[in-house]
Amino acid sequence: MSTATTTYQQAPDKAHSQTGIVLLTYFLLGIFFGITLTKSEVLSWFRIQEMFRFQSRRMYEIIASAVVVAAASVAVIKGLGLKTISSEPIKIPPKILGHGVRYAVGGTIFGLGWALTGACPGPLFALVGNGVTVMIVAIASALAGTWLYGLLRPRLPH
Amino acid sequence: MAAFVSAPWPWYIAGPVIGLFVPALLIVGNKVFGVSSNLRHLCSAVVPGKPDYFRYDWKQTGLWNLLFVAGILAGGFLASHWAGSQNVAISEQTRLALTKLGIYDFSGLAPREVFTWSALLTLKGFVSVIVGGFLVGFGTAYAGGCTSGHAISGLADLQLSSLIAVVGFFVGGLIATHFLLPLLF
Repeated sequence: MSTATTTYQQAPDKAHSQTGIVLLTYFLLGIFFGITLTKSEVLSWFRIQEMFRFQSRRMYEIIASAVVVAAASVAVIKGLGLKTISSEPIKIPPKILGHGVRYAVGGTIFGLGWALTGACPGPLFALVGNGVTVMIVAIASALAGTWLYGLLRPRLPH
Repeated sequence: MAAFVSAPWPWYIAGPVIGLFVPALLIVGNKVFGVSSNLRHLCSAVVPGKPDYFRYDWKQTGLWNLLFVAGILAGGFLASHWAGSQNVAISEQTRLALTKLGIYDFSGLAPREVFTWSALLTLKGFVSVIVGGFLVGFGTAYAGGCTSGHAISGLADLQLSSLIAVVGFFVGGLIATHFLLPLLF
């Protein structure tokens, strides 16, 4: 709360002039991402099954090419020192490695859920849009899971 | 162009387009592409009596991401309505393996024997939707990211933590696919 207030006080005009248009841009990018998840079929339980059974290269080709394009873009952004449209320097905060337990254990728990639902968080929302409305329950359940993590966090190894 | 709208995209379109969301969000406003943070933002926004993990200004930190995810829902709706119903052309091997598990309806994006309201309180419906959803929410929060945040953004930034998480995703996915599903279905 205090950090946010400080930031706001530093640049109130900028915040006001940017907010509306920039927020709309995130919504429009989201629409395009929802279309992409649907047209690429990565939101399909069938495709996820195919991937975890190693019976098609399609999901691996999609993920690998996405990573290559994203990595090349990040390299270009860093290399050229590009800035955001509001001229801030672009920074990607590093994830803190620590003991790595949270990534190994949390990742495995997530993987179990990914294969059971056949969807990760983005696709869950895209599926609801696609008419698989029972996924509203999966989203509610995911919120409960995130909530439980928040509650147990001080006692879990990270 | 008509085929681009109605047919599924080939991998060499789908993958690079997904990858481009990383620079797009960085350039628009220094945002790291990742969807699962929304679960945290929604908890922070909605539920009273918060543990520390949910005590932050979700509007400042997460409004952009909540709008992004609202867009995802709308995008799914638009895609399904302009392109009509979509059947997923999975490999014959997968179809055979799933038939052995008792899946017969291959229309749509997810099997109707499992992912409908009427199947929700069957064992396979309950575990797939409710338990599966819970594990997705707990796991992403614990791991600090999901497929978008770790497998795409994190790997693209060459972060070791993301590589560990992605290996975890596959360990969990393989266990669920090869050991849990045969018990459930």
